Amino acid sequence: MHKSWWKIAAVILLVYTIVGGFLMDVPRLFILNESIRNLYFHVSMWFTMMILFAVSLVYSIKYLRSQNHKHDIYASAYAGTGTFMGLLGYATGAIWASYTWVTDQGQSLSTILKEPKLLGAGIAILIYCAYFVLRGSFNDIDKRARVTAVYNVFAFAMLFPTIWIIPRLVGSLHPGAPGSESGNPALNFNDIDSRLRMVFYPAVLGWTLLGVWITTLKIRTKLLAEKSLL
Amino acid sequence: MKKLFPALFLLLANLVLVVATAAAQDKPEMADVMRSNGKIYVVVVVCLLILFGLIGYVFRIDRKLSKLEKQSKD
Repeated sequence: MHKSWWKIAAVILLVYTIVGGFLMDVPRLFILNESIRNLYFHVSMWFTMMILFAVSLVYSIKYLRSQNHKHDIYASAYAGTGTFMGLLGYATGAIWASYTWVTDQGQSLSTILKEPKLLGAGIAILIYCAYFVLRGSFNDIDKRARVTAVYNVFAFAMLFPTIWIIPRLVGSLHPGAPGSESGNPALNFNDIDSRLRMVFYPAVLGWTLLGVWITTLKIRTKLLAEKSLL
Repeated sequence: MKKLFPALFLLLANLVLVVATAAAQDKPEMADVMRSNGKIYVVVVVCLLILFGLIGYVFRIDRKLSKLEKQSKD
């Protein structure tokens, strides 16, 4: 175990997320009712994904500047954990939506899931899946590292239109779209109740640290396996 | 005239009922019962156990990796 203080911090923050997330007071809202607590879990997954993808982008650019093979390993590991967090965010969102978006006006889950925000998020995750397909299609390590580093920059750039801009332009049931009150496609920071904020920010930090922890394990395994190459 | 009073009374009673149900709907339904009878703690304990299980698993992998890293250094 090296540099373990932030791992301990991750554990403490996640324990606080679960204890505070279930037991602390939340705003009483219609439709959402008690499910507002999903904010600490569903939304944190997307935050973690964004942060991990950003770190992946930084290492891809570092690779392109230095041609250091280590940076390629870092970039692919961070992108992998980020994609995983994105899938978790999508799955949790689907469950949440099926209980809050489906009303008694003859809708079904399949009509609800044709949402610009959900389609955009799906496309964004698929673009990152293609990153791994692309990685697997090269035999030459240097070529793989260079091409996928460039592709990673493109994939990160595509996140912005797909999950931030398009849902903001068209109507969506997702909080933040023009149909709802706030103007931010994920959530409006001025809108969140201070009671929610008390748990939400530590939750984001805790889940992100856990994501980073898992990623460092993947990186260390890869570095061990490819020791002869480095 | 005799029929007017019961009709008026019914109307009034109806109004009271409508107002009362509206007032009841003013407060969104929350899991207050679960909180008052303490069952929410069961949920918290289950989630914490899962979290500790996962963290422990990650921790063990971390330890094993550290050992392997030490071995490959020697």
